[in-house]
Amino acid sequence: MSDKFTVEIITPDQSILKSEASEVTIPSYEGQMGILKDHIPLITFLRPGLILIKNQDENKFYVEEGTVEFSNNNLLILTSTAKDLKNFDKSLINNLLEQAEKKLQDNNSTDKEKYIISYQIDTLKEINR
Amino acid sequence: MPSLDDLKKRIKSVKSTQKITKAMKMVAAAKLRKAQESAEKGRPYSQKMQNIILNLTKSINDPQNAPKLLVGTGEDKKYLCVVLTADRGLCGGFNSNICKLAKNNFKNILSEGKDLKIITVGSKGLDQIKREYGKYVVKKFSFKEKKQITFEEANIVGNEIISLFKQNEFDKCILFFNNFKNVITQIPQAQQIIPTEVNKSNESEKETFSYEFEPEEEEILEDLLPKNISTQVFRALLENAASEQGSRMTAMDNATRNAGDLVDKLTINYNRSRQASITKELIEIISGAESL
Repeated sequence: MSDKFTVEIITPDQSILKSEASEVTIPSYEGQMGILKDHIPLITFLRPGLILIKNQDENKFYVEEGTVEFSNNNLLILTSTAKDLKNFDKSLINNLLEQAEKKLQDNNSTDKEKYIISYQIDTLKEINR
Repeated sequence: MPSLDDLKKRIKSVKSTQKITKAMKMVAAAKLRKAQESAEKGRPYSQKMQNIILNLTKSINDPQNAPKLLVGTGEDKKYLCVVLTADRGLCGGFNSNICKLAKNNFKNILSEGKDLKIITVGSKGLDQIKREYGKYVVKKFSFKEKKQITFEEANIVGNEIISLFKQNEFDKCILFFNNFKNVITQIPQAQQIIPTEVNKSNESEKETFSYEFEPEEEEILEDLLPKNISTQVFRALLENAASEQGSRMTAMDNATRNAGDLVDKLTINYNRSRQASITKELIEIISGAESL
């Protein structure tokens, strides 16, 4: 058990998850990031993607944005959109996908927004597969 | 001495009032459970968010260039007060407690010769503040038609605060709301959200980490600070919603009990005067018979 640390996923409405993990992969703003025990203290953002939590089993969460803090072997993920993949509805995925694609075509969005949306679309497509 | 009929009517009306207050208490109790749950569930998010920001604040070396939302404008002249109240009355001292606290603060701010701006959320607060401080109210929100408060509402208020800040309309922003402690205790609270208040007592307890930032610290702060403001507003709204129901429940419970007491008293009165009139009639008959 020595190589485990705690993970918490918290949304404004509730605490979604609090458990131990041996490895967590997060879609950080500048790329995928794997976190193991005794990582140095870290604060970063999330872009749309999948959070992968490895313990004995694997748990996946879909997120659109969020803030991550790691300190004292405690990984804290604050997000407003975390969804457990196990109960992620197909129709909801398609819905989100449609919205995202519409947004991407909107010429008013900035490059930064487009960058984020393209990740969202990729992730959603991947889940759909 | 009211007549028997009057007393009867009175008892009936008090009883029907009691029925209403009892129903309101029941409804409030049911809503309270839900509101309390969401207030308690919402707490960790805002607390952790605040923690991250505190940690970030500590690692800032150059306060001059730090984001204004965090350190403030460096001045202390213009105040924005956000007063969060309920949209409905009949909840005891809930609304007036917040307003009392807010008004005290307004007085202080004005007596120090500083600028005051007010945003009200919820119509009851506006009603109480309007008379004295109506001209300072710059914006009013009401989420009357919303059954459940979500992050979106908080975002609307938060965005308004931020846009006012960007227009340099104020230096300090204070939230007024009721903190939900338990069903019978709600504490009116003033919380300063801009600039972020660094709690001195917590500081010594916590060790500081040198964080790794990705992307840059400034970028993180820029994104996080507006979010934090909405989060704090959201928390205040949730606390308020729970407090409102708790307060209403206690108030209605008291009202029901008072109505019960009143009914008892009136019933005794009623019986007494009924008895008196019977006795009177008897005396009249007897004395009439005697005089014959």
